[in-house]
Amino acid sequence: MSEPPGAAVSLTEAPPSATDAPSKPLAAQRVLPLRRPGRWIATAVVLVLAAQFVHGLVTNPFYQWDRFGYWFLRPTILDGLLVTLEVTAYSAVLGLLGGILLALARLSKSPVLRAVSWIYIWTFRSIPLIVILLFLYNFSALYQTLSVGVPFGPAFFTFDESRLATDIVVAVVGLSLNQAAYAAEAVRGGILSVDQGQHEAAAALGLPKGYQFRKVVFPQALRSITPNYVNQLIDLVKATSLVFYVSLLDLFGAAQTMGATYPGDIVPLLLVVTVWYLILTTVVSVVQFYVERYFARGATRTLPPTPLQKLRTAVSDLRDRVRREAAV
Amino acid sequence: MSTETLQIVPAAVEVHDVHKWYGSHRVLDGVDLTVRAGEVTVILGPSGSGKSTLLRVVNHLEKPEIGYVSVNGELIGVRKQGDHLKELSERAILAQRSNIGFVFQNFNLFPHLTVLENVAAAPVATGKLDRDEAHKLARELLDRVGLADKETAYPRQLSGGQQQRVAIARALALRPGVILFDEPTSALDPELVGEVLAVIKDLAKSGTTLVIVTHEIGFAREIADRVVFIDGGKIVEQGPPSEVLDKPRHERTRDFLSKVL
Repeated sequence: MSEPPGAAVSLTEAPPSATDAPSKPLAAQRVLPLRRPGRWIATAVVLVLAAQFVHGLVTNPFYQWDRFGYWFLRPTILDGLLVTLEVTAYSAVLGLLGGILLALARLSKSPVLRAVSWIYIWTFRSIPLIVILLFLYNFSALYQTLSVGVPFGPAFFTFDESRLATDIVVAVVGLSLNQAAYAAEAVRGGILSVDQGQHEAAAALGLPKGYQFRKVVFPQALRSITPNYVNQLIDLVKATSLVFYVSLLDLFGAAQTMGATYPGDIVPLLLVVTVWYLILTTVVSVVQFYVERYFARGATRTLPPTPLQKLRTAVSDLRDRVRREAAV
Repeated sequence: MSTETLQIVPAAVEVHDVHKWYGSHRVLDGVDLTVRAGEVTVILGPSGSGKSTLLRVVNHLEKPEIGYVSVNGELIGVRKQGDHLKELSERAILAQRSNIGFVFQNFNLFPHLTVLENVAAAPVATGKLDRDEAHKLARELLDRVGLADKETAYPRQLSGGQQQRVAIARALALRPGVILFDEPTSALDPELVGEVLAVIKDLAKSGTTLVIVTHEIGFAREIADRVVFIDGGKIVEQGPPSEVLDKPRHERTRDFLSKVL
């Protein structure tokens, strides 16, 4: 070749001018990972701050951890926790069912159903939950009896509203009405995310309409409904603390009442409430992970690993790395 | 094949003066087509010519504004009422579709169900077979399309060619009198086209009525009893492949063939 020296780059031979030319062929040379000092410094700073925070949390007498221990498993608190769980469970199920109906109405071909659903969602997303609850609480004064019968015609059953509307019913109805409005949008989004081809394939196979929804569309929609709905579920767990204002003693209500009786224990009582809510949210998140994993069947070629599987892979990766380092 | 469960009685299809608009755009402009029982018809035409719409009208995925389709003399999606045609209920239309198989370009398998469940779903859902019978039938059909070992896989774990073969088995599970193919190999890598065409060829030999929209001219020549060339929502010409493909009479057919061959 007649090119001037230095212009041509040879891939097979090291440039003759280089003094530190590799003695072994390149393939056998170990590549040293890039060192990242900035990352180490940032890690150290964050660790120091975190340690400081935890130290303060443990040693500051303001938190009164002994009183926390006293209150954490008190029957009053546990009764409140039970009420919270009960109200959450009923409202979550009723809210989801209502949300599915509202979503189907909004996606239906009937303009009346679409409008009614839209107005419902608009109304209940607009009114603050506390207002809905207080409204329902005073409902029995507005409508003293509830009847089942022909609209504008004779009634078959009549209920005395004040007997039907116990505190827990008011709380569940209020939270469900609110939850359904938000769930409707999560469900609608999930249904819209299912490919049009799936509807067509189901229709072309002549699958009955109900079967199409239950076995083809909804299971696929659930994959994107789950994260959105769980988000609302976590909101719901905390929103139950509002039922205290319709004189129901939930977890927060129980702590609040005890706090009124023992004013010196307010902070430990709030900590008790916080830790219980943290536990509830954790449980919901763990359940969410496995529910999402279940609905990922078929959507991805391999399922996402469980935390245990992740840990195992991490350990074996580390072992491999140590072995490699030792070998060099 | 060998077992009685796979017996299919081929059906005849008649398309009578079908017109179809999308808004102000006329997609089908008076299409008449007769497909005899057991015949293999290939529909060719440039993109946007209305060939897919025609196929979708046959199983009433699209409703024609004028005209009708009948399969073995039974009107599809409508019934006669005096001088008029009246739309059938959705339930009745769904029931009619079990005699009309449809294979999509993009397979449209149900991704959350296993291969076996995909094939067995329709006979169970429509009450034709119980679960065990449907699974037995599904296994036979998967064997027929060469995928007996894939029954527990999910569709996304399969190649495109395998997915399309599952989709064909799924369409066969209702033992339809006619099977419609909407560009069954257009979404496939070239080296996977052959395996799907082989399955369709096998069906053609077994005497099932097939209507196939495709761009595979060589395949059309090989298996079609009749080739239909459609353009601008109208049938331009039709006849045996030796005429339409080798001695086209119309300028537009010649023009189209010169571009795709």
